[in-house]
Amino acid sequence: MAELDLKATGVRSVNSTLHGLTAGANEQDWLIKNPMGQHAIACGLDAPLNVTIDGHVGFYCGGMNQQAVITIQGHAGVGVAENMMSGQVRVTGSASDAAGATAHGGLLVIEGDASSRCGISMKGVNIVVGGSVGHMSGFMAQSGLLVVCGDASDALGDSIYEAILFVAGKVGSLGADCIEKEMRPEHLIKLADLLEAAGLDQDPARFRRYGSARALYNFDIDNVDAY
Amino acid sequence: MCGIVGLYLKDQNLQASLGALFAPMLIEMTDRGPDSAGFAIYRDPVGEHQTKFTLASDDPDSDWKNLGTDITKAFDCAARIDPQGDHAVVVIDAEAVAAQAWLGKNRPGVRVVGSGRSIEIFKQTGLPKDVAEQFKLASARGSHAIGHTRMATESAVTTAGSHPFATGLDLCLVHNGSLSNHNHLRRQLERSGIVFQTENDTEVAAGFMTLKLRQGLSLHEALEAGLVELDGFYTFCVGTADGFAVVRDPIACKHAVLAETEGWVAMATEYRAIAHLPGADTARIWEPEPHKIYTWGSVH
Repeated sequence: MAELDLKATGVRSVNSTLHGLTAGANEQDWLIKNPMGQHAIACGLDAPLNVTIDGHVGFYCGGMNQQAVITIQGHAGVGVAENMMSGQVRVTGSASDAAGATAHGGLLVIEGDASSRCGISMKGVNIVVGGSVGHMSGFMAQSGLLVVCGDASDALGDSIYEAILFVAGKVGSLGADCIEKEMRPEHLIKLADLLEAAGLDQDPARFRRYGSARALYNFDIDNVDAY
Repeated sequence: MCGIVGLYLKDQNLQASLGALFAPMLIEMTDRGPDSAGFAIYRDPVGEHQTKFTLASDDPDSDWKNLGTDITKAFDCAARIDPQGDHAVVVIDAEAVAAQAWLGKNRPGVRVVGSGRSIEIFKQTGLPKDVAEQFKLASARGSHAIGHTRMATESAVTTAGSHPFATGLDLCLVHNGSLSNHNHLRRQLERSGIVFQTENDTEVAAGFMTLKLRQGLSLHEALEAGLVELDGFYTFCVGTADGFAVVRDPIACKHAVLAETEGWVAMATEYRAIAHLPGADTARIWEPEPHKIYTWGSVH
C-alpha cells in the first residue's frame, strides 16, 4: 500500500497524486496519513482505487467520487461524499451535516451517527447510517435509499420526492409530504441487500418505510389560493 | 463565515501552555475570517476589591501617558498598567462602575474592551496570525480562552466591531452567524441600562447575557433565556470567570464541533482547528446538538 502524508505535502498534492492514477496503475491501494481535519480530501477521484484515510477529515471528503472505494477511519465533517457518482465512501466514526448531499450514485456508509440534513437532495445514492440521523434528513430527497439503523430527528423527509427512507428506531417527526408506507416484500429484499453491502448486521424486519405522499410536488388546483 | 474557537483547560498543569495550545486554533480559522481577530484569556485573577480592565485606544501614546498617576490621584489607590500596543491591561483597586465612569470623562478616546477580575481581551483588524503575534498569544498562560476570526458582514471592519464582545464583568461571547432581531433587543436592553459601543449584532447577545446574569440567573439559565429571545442563526461560545459554554440555535446551520479529553475541552467551527491539540486523535469528538446548552466549570 502506498502512503501519502497529508501534513507534510498538503491537500492539493495528495489529491493531484490520486487524480493522476488510472484503472491500470501499479498502485491501487493508498493510505493517507495525518489528514488533520483538512477539507476536500480525496475529492473528484475517478479510478477504481482503494483509499484509506487514517484519521478525522474536514468538509466535503470524497466529494464527486467516481469508482473509488474510500474509507475514512475517523469522523467526517460537513458534506462527506457530496455529489458522489459511483463507488463507495465509508466513515467508521460519525459524520456532520449534509452527508451524501445531492449524490447521484454509489454507496455511503456511516457507521456512527450522521448529523442534520443527511441525504439532502439525494439523487440516486444509497446511504446507510449505523446510528441515528439529525433533523431535516432526506430533505427534498429525489431518488435512492436512505437507511437509518437508529433514530431520525425532526422533519424527516421534508418535501421528499421519490427517495425511499428506512428507519429502524424512532422518528422525531415527519416533514411536509412525508408519510409512512407499507413495507412490501420487494422493499425487504432491497433493504437486506443494502445492509449486507454496508456490512451491517441488522434485521430488515425492524425497519419501517417512509416516502412521499406525492401531494406537494405536483401542482394541485385546490391550492391555487396559497400562491 | 467567521470562525470561533474555545479552549477550556481541565488539567491545571496545562495552564502554562494555554496560549501555545490556543494560538494554532485561532490561526487555523484564518480562511473563515481574515478581516480581524480577537481573543479573551482568563488568567491571573485580581483581588476581590480590584478590577482588571482591558482598554484600547486609537491614540495610545497620549492615552496611556500618565494614566497610572491620574488614576492613583483620582481614586487614591494603587493602579498597575501594562500597555500592549494600542491595548492596555489596567488593574485598579476600585469598583468597575466608578472606574469606568472616570475613564469615560477623563480618557474619552479610550474603549473598555473587557473588565472583570480575570478576563483580558485583545482584538484587532488584520490576519489572525498578526493579531496573535502582536499580543503575544503563544506565550500566554491561563485557564481558558475564547477566540474569533471575523469575515465582516453585519458591521464595518474595525477593532471595535471585532469579537469577542464583553458587556459585563468577566463575561465574553463569540458568535458565528447573524441575529435578526438585534436592533429590537438592543433598544430593550438599553432601557434596562446596558450600554453598547457598536451596532454589531453579537454585542447585543453579550448584552442580553449580561442583563440576565445581573438579574441573578446562572449562565445556564441565561443561555436558556437566549434560546427563547434571540432570533437568527448562531453558534455561541461563552466564557465566564470560571465557566465555559457552547450553544447553537434550533436550526443549527452554523458549524460547530466539540472535543473533550481528560485534560481539556475544545470548541471550534471546524475540526481542523482542534486537530493540532495533543490527544485530539483520541478525544471524544461530537457535534453539539441544536437547541442544547453545553457547559463546563461553574455555570449553575
